[in-house]
Amino acid sequence: MAQSSELQTGLYRRALLAGLWQQNPTFRLLIGMCPPLAVTTAVKPALTMGVSVIFVLVCSSFVTSLMRNLLKPHLRIIMFTLTIATFVTICDLYLKAYFPRMSELLGAYVPLIIVNCLIIFRAEACASKSGLIVSILDAIGMGLGFTVALCILAGIRELLATGCIFDLRIMPRGFVPWLAMQMPVGAFVTLGILLGLASALTKKKES
Amino acid sequence: MDRFYVLLMGFLSVVLVNNFVFTKFLGTCPYLGVSRRIDSAFGMGLAVTFVTALSGTLTWLVDYYILAPLGLEITRYICYIVIIAGAVQLVEMYVRKFFPSLYDAFGIFLPLISTNCVILGVCLFINIWGTDNLLEVVVLSTGTGIGFAVAICIMAGIREELILADVPVSFQGAPITLITAGILALAFMGFAGMIK
Repeated sequence: MAQSSELQTGLYRRALLAGLWQQNPTFRLLIGMCPPLAVTTAVKPALTMGVSVIFVLVCSSFVTSLMRNLLKPHLRIIMFTLTIATFVTICDLYLKAYFPRMSELLGAYVPLIIVNCLIIFRAEACASKSGLIVSILDAIGMGLGFTVALCILAGIRELLATGCIFDLRIMPRGFVPWLAMQMPVGAFVTLGILLGLASALTKKKES
Repeated sequence: MDRFYVLLMGFLSVVLVNNFVFTKFLGTCPYLGVSRRIDSAFGMGLAVTFVTALSGTLTWLVDYYILAPLGLEITRYICYIVIIAGAVQLVEMYVRKFFPSLYDAFGIFLPLISTNCVILGVCLFINIWGTDNLLEVVVLSTGTGIGFAVAICIMAGIREELILADVPVSFQGAPITLITAGILALAFMGFAGMIK
């Protein structure tokens, strides 16, 4: 009995921690790549996006896990997307009501969470196969990993583009802002370099 | 003549100036995943153009004639998703029945398209732009698909040459593709002043 409960905790811990580094959606699995590029001009919208994704991911994993025994194989994907679309609508209306300026800034990228491959991928790979607790822990871990990746990228871009983070001046006085960091170029190149560094780091660890 | 001019400008705008891949970052997943070879990239681009044209028009019709008069905008996202999934299914069935060789060429891409952000993106942006003319909607949604096809074909052409380049081991694959995309986005910014 004791051994089985230990096994259980190990399973839970693995489910929670996998998303943070080993299977980090942005740096390792390369899925859901649109938001990391689009909303990372500053840390604030990136954080909002991350929290929205965590909310949608956890809720849809919860529902998917509950209905996993009822799903017919050919109707699977449409059920996942409809579940996700419902929670994204909730999230979008909430943002519109309480954070109107942030909602305007994020614009179409909030509804675009529906087609974020990360959420469908987790529903397909984890929530539709495992129990309630494991799928929720997995969703939290994946969502956190995604948010951390967004914030790292946004932090670098905001720091180099304006010299501040959260309106807090960090760079010395004579710093010339890199305007290119705020444009699409900055997004693509920064993410490319970060991915390269991530893969260099893994290779070093392995060898 | 004046109307034709507006349509032409709108078309050029979504293909070059506001290219969805380079300015709005939509469709980055297939852009990185399927741009290894030109023929598959072309197939993907063609399939996406097909589906964006169809679903952009359909969602606009449903939005304009059903959802808006009845005040059902709250269900907009769910309706869009159902329409897109239906359109993809329809296109798949049609192509399989009438163009079997084309169906083989599309292969796995057709079902994958339903989760491509370009398509939902087109539907949402047409709604945000507030277009109220069917012809404009058709032109804009087709143009967006063509813009995606142009972007992915250019990238595939570069990547075929990139195989011969001496890229550091940890930067091979996705990282170098992203950096290349950044440089391409910089090049596409040159079109920015063309249309006001």
